[in-house]
Amino acid sequence: MAKEKTFFDKLKAWPLLLPVVALILVMAVNIIYDAANGNNPFSFFTITLQNTTANGTVLYGRIIDILNRGSEAAILAIGMTLVVSSSAGTDISVGSVMSLAASVCCVTLAGYGVSSTTELAHPLALGLLAGVAVGCLCGAFNGFLVAHLKIQPMVATLILFTAARSIGLLVCNDLIVYVRNPQFGFFGSFMGPIPTPIIITAICVAVTALVLSKTALGTYIQSVGINAKASRIAGLNSKTIIFMTYLLCGLFAGIAGIINGSRITSADSNNIGLYMELDAILAVALGGNSLGGGKFNLAGSIIGAYTIQAITTTLYALGVSSAQAPVYKAVIVIIIVAIQAPPVKAYFRKRSAAKAALAKEV
Amino acid sequence: MKKKVLGVLLAATMAVGMLAGCGGGNATEAPADDAAPAEEAPADEAEAPADDAAGDVISIGFAQVGHESDWRTASTKSCQDVFSAENGYDLSFVDCDNDSAAQLEAVRNFIQQDVDYIIIDPIVSTGWDTVLTECEDAGIPVIVIDRTIDDSDKYAAWVGSNFKTEGLAAGEWLKAYAEKQGISEINALVISGTTGASAQIGRSEGFQEIADREGWNILDEQTGDFTEDGGQAVMESYCKSYAGKFNVVVCQNDNEAFGAMTAMDNAGVTYGLDGDVILISFDACTAGLEKVKARQFSADFECNPLAAPFVEEVIQTLQSGGTPDKEVYMEEHWFALPDAIVDFSIDGAAQTMTEVTDDVIAAQY
Repeated sequence: MAKEKTFFDKLKAWPLLLPVVALILVMAVNIIYDAANGNNPFSFFTITLQNTTANGTVLYGRIIDILNRGSEAAILAIGMTLVVSSSAGTDISVGSVMSLAASVCCVTLAGYGVSSTTELAHPLALGLLAGVAVGCLCGAFNGFLVAHLKIQPMVATLILFTAARSIGLLVCNDLIVYVRNPQFGFFGSFMGPIPTPIIITAICVAVTALVLSKTALGTYIQSVGINAKASRIAGLNSKTIIFMTYLLCGLFAGIAGIINGSRITSADSNNIGLYMELDAILAVALGGNSLGGGKFNLAGSIIGAYTIQAITTTLYALGVSSAQAPVYKAVIVIIIVAIQAPPVKAYFRKRSAAKAALAKEV
Repeated sequence: MKKKVLGVLLAATMAVGMLAGCGGGNATEAPADDAAPAEEAPADEAEAPADDAAGDVISIGFAQVGHESDWRTASTKSCQDVFSAENGYDLSFVDCDNDSAAQLEAVRNFIQQDVDYIIIDPIVSTGWDTVLTECEDAGIPVIVIDRTIDDSDKYAAWVGSNFKTEGLAAGEWLKAYAEKQGISEINALVISGTTGASAQIGRSEGFQEIADREGWNILDEQTGDFTEDGGQAVMESYCKSYAGKFNVVVCQNDNEAFGAMTAMDNAGVTYGLDGDVILISFDACTAGLEKVKARQFSADFECNPLAAPFVEEVIQTLQSGGTPDKEVYMEEHWFALPDAIVDFSIDGAAQTMTEVTDDVIAAQY
């Protein structure tokens, strides 16, 4: 009895409880839907092996789709979490930077002015490097404006939010640049039976988590976010730390852009990363992180990103007309954010405390 | 002091942002501007003796939607080719990047520049009355192309495609082709374009009309936003929801169809002339026709982007004081390989299909 209670208390104190519950609730809708339709109630969760025309035998199922399609948002959410924590602001340029990175990568691979090719004009590594480098450059630009010129993050990143996509279009000569090459397509298709984006996301998350836990960087970022002045007096270089978080955010945007470009083996500058900055910010919020900076929970943001994708995939699975899908999405997001709101949390805490007190009296 | 510096910086960054934001438009404009002075002189000389009445260069402002697809790029290029300096035109081209406010702004700028004609491909179909009244007051005829304006009729003419006819064509073709193949039951999945776009509405309406008449089963219709990524994501989900239950996939543009192909490849579904699923696409851009040639698309229904020659006719009519037709429909082609070329008619009008050959592909935009 006593043991059970401690487990329950521990669970209640677990910071990821609400994000995880939200994710489970979203997916549970599918069980009800499938059961109501007389299908296997767990068909949404079934993962099978599927023979494909192009990629051999691969993992196949809705859960794989969520993990696969949610990759970009999850990768962006890593960078966004760090930015939010250190500077109490959001980087709204990530979607545009994704588009720019993909454009630069594809143009490098296809050669300038070429609109469609199956042959690579330059080595694959050079294209990837160019894309990632552009992402870093954009991140550094944002970081410089925010950390050194003290411009409000939203204003500072608004510049690239507008400009990056347009620069991408200029680079692409106003065309969709197709690089129909399997080598390039690899990053959006499969590595063995597993979709490559899932593997790339796992690596990004693992490396970041490792760096944050094995070094003091995570603590530094949080302390700068809580009080930059005090951190500076304590001997931390706040500017460098804020700059670095933006640089990382740009790097991750670059990686996400390349994945998205690789999925469609082309640079569709108008559409790659469109509104992705909103998904990334929402992921951070859904993960139970305060957009006011300071303490952060990386795992929460990642779960938040997959929750957003789970909503999208669920709406596809339910066959909700795409015109109405955003309304359902909004309703679900309101509910998830509301149950995490401080007054609501406080209300439940008060109620359970009152219950406990009542139980004691009896 | 600090505030002042910040203010200056903010102003500077905004200026940079604005410049960069207009980048797409400026860049495409720049070559035209560069070319103009060089070309104008000989053009004037050449024209002066030939044509006294219309000796002046006709200035045209074109507010384009953006450049979201190959189709759009072809549409832009068509205008730039036809309304070139050599042909006696001075084209101001503005790429509005799918921003309707920017488009209104562009049209107002054209009025201030006092151009002779304004061409608009309206991003949205409403909210045009005020600005079109301004054009009318300034005496500048407006020609609307491709998309429609619903809340005002203060334009000289509209030139575009009949999207419903395209949808009807796809439906009638499918009926004839299914009969030829001995397919009795049609279970179709539709990946539609951006919800509310006139191309989406027309194509859905046309195809639905035939489906209703023939009693076909349309299993689902979701939007892929006219993008390859969208088509891929929707098809990926369809393959799971309707595994083994569908035999027709209708994509409302080529890019969506490319995405659907990848998704079907990854689900082990075969498509095209030699596969289990009949894949129908619209737009018929070069890359799309290559897929028809490769037997991957069963048929491709054109949406002609080359509006400029038709617009030029309208302008010539106006120049000579005539009244052009209010609605000008462009000629379209239906593409397939000989295996899939069947006879069909729309509302009693027999249709001719075009066989896809390398020459046809090379000639396509």
